[in-house]
Amino acid sequence: MLNGRQHGGVSVTIATSLEDACAALAVEPCPLVLSGGTDLMVEVNRGSRRVGDIVVVNRVPELVGWRRKGDQLRLGAAVTFAEICGSELESLVPALAQAARTVGSPQIRNVATLGGNIATASPAGDSIPVLAALDAVLELRSAEATREVSLRDFITGVKQTCLLPGELIEAVRVPVLDGPQEFCKVGTRNAMVISVASLAILANRGSRRITVGLGSVSPAPLRASDAEDHISPHINWDGGAIPDEATIAHFARLVAGAANPIDDHRSSALYRTHAIRVLARRALSRVLGRLSAT
Amino acid sequence: MSADTYSLKVNGTDRQVTESLPGESLLRVLRERLGFHGSKNACEEGECGSCTVVVNGQTVCSCLVLAESVTGYEITTIEGVADDDGLSDVQQAFIDTGAVQCGFCTPGLVMSVGALLDSVPDPDELAVREAISGNLCRCTGYGRIIEAVSQTVDGRRDDGSRS
Ligand SMILES: Cc1cc2nc3c(=O)[nH]c(=O)nc-3n(C[C@H](O)[C@H](O)[C@H](O)COP(=O)(O)OP(=O)(O)OC[C@H]3O[C@@H](n4cnc5c(N)ncnc54)[C@H](O)[C@@H]3O)c2cc1C
Ligand code: FES
Ligand code: FES
Repeated sequence: MLNGRQHGGVSVTIATSLEDACAALAVEPCPLVLSGGTDLMVEVNRGSRRVGDIVVVNRVPELVGWRRKGDQLRLGAAVTFAEICGSELESLVPALAQAARTVGSPQIRNVATLGGNIATASPAGDSIPVLAALDAVLELRSAEATREVSLRDFITGVKQTCLLPGELIEAVRVPVLDGPQEFCKVGTRNAMVISVASLAILANRGSRRITVGLGSVSPAPLRASDAEDHISPHINWDGGAIPDEATIAHFARLVAGAANPIDDHRSSALYRTHAIRVLARRALSRVLGRLSAT
Repeated sequence: MSADTYSLKVNGTDRQVTESLPGESLLRVLRERLGFHGSKNACEEGECGSCTVVVNGQTVCSCLVLAESVTGYEITTIEGVADDDGLSDVQQAFIDTGAVQCGFCTPGLVMSVGALLDSVPDPDELAVREAISGNLCRCTGYGRIIEAVSQTVDGRRDDGSRS
């Protein structure tokens, strides 16, 4: 442990091993986990989050960096978005890299982590639709136990997760797929924008499936399963012909039909549904174009 | 207030933080505990970039960094970009091109531009715009800031070809 200090009864632990992090979290009341701080510190600065004991996890070796094992990637929870969009991950999980590149600004991407994005469980979290489409699995760990939970079971509602007191996200596992991927996001401007609607479309030649994850249009991670079922058999997976316009239009309607958006200060439900339909069509056309080209 | 202290390495020198409140940001510690007033505080929510400093070679919004989480790291603030009372080439270019108006955004922008040019010596305009996308300037309209970057790039190229 690098240091553990007391401030008026509040301790800050900078964990340098997984063991230390779990031990520091295994107390009552459970300390706050802090990684990059880009969500948590906003609340602390505003005074809307009472500062209790803090365990800083972004130096823990098991949470830092990523590795490939066969066709699986293990991304440490403290991998930053800058690391995701400026590395080989761009070709291994292109949609995740595209999403990473749209997060905040360089200053935010340099510290904001994948694990923090997932644990915050905001419907607008940009990694969420991609991880949903990838069927990502989270490795959770506490002092007593480890468990694996799918991303879709982990996020149970708006800013709600099944993370237990004393538990942290250690890593995220996703497959390396054979096929093009697209992530699209709509917001009010290009930089520094929280998404109004977003979507990830992934092609998987291995399983001959298209998968579709939606963002900002539901309380929890969402897949457009009917649209996936509709489009997948229409694709010539061995290259060549692509589905006709009517089939693509129907796919886009089915994707929009899966959305379950709300009206809020960023947009209306009506606009969000419309945006999803446009994005679905656009992203699918790009994916199909690249599928037939390769 | 804390009875304990910790140290931060700012502009190459270890500084003791002897008093701090729980959850204090690096920005507050720099400004209010250590007397580095160059980094500005405008939003404290990561939106404006006026608090930008460089930690281990990477720009961050110091308002969103828990001060103690960067113990042992190299922190560079605007006070550390030039020797003594001099100006860095980036600072000089900002002045020459009229990229400084009210000046509130300038320290943050100088940090972002400096970090960009350290890793990409001759960026295209898109790369420049992306690199400063987290720094808001309400006065200049950014045109002169882009010009300041070009001037710095040209100056470094000339220096390079002379030496
Ligand atoms: C200006 C600005 C712009 C932003 N833009 C975007 C954007 O475009 N897209 C987007 O998706 N997000 C955006 N965000 C939100 C934020 O940057 C991301 O959600 C980021 O991924 C959070 O990661 P962090 O490491 O900074 O989290 P932290 O603030 O450190 O933590 C966030 C939450 O996750 C928990 N946590 C962190 N790590 C772990 C772990 N390993 N295990 C368990 N719990 C953990 C913390 O306890 C806390 O509750 C923006 C934020 C700001 C301030
Ligand atoms: S004060 Fe830090 S980004 Fe505005
Ligand atoms: S010069 Fe005034 S905000 Fe940029």
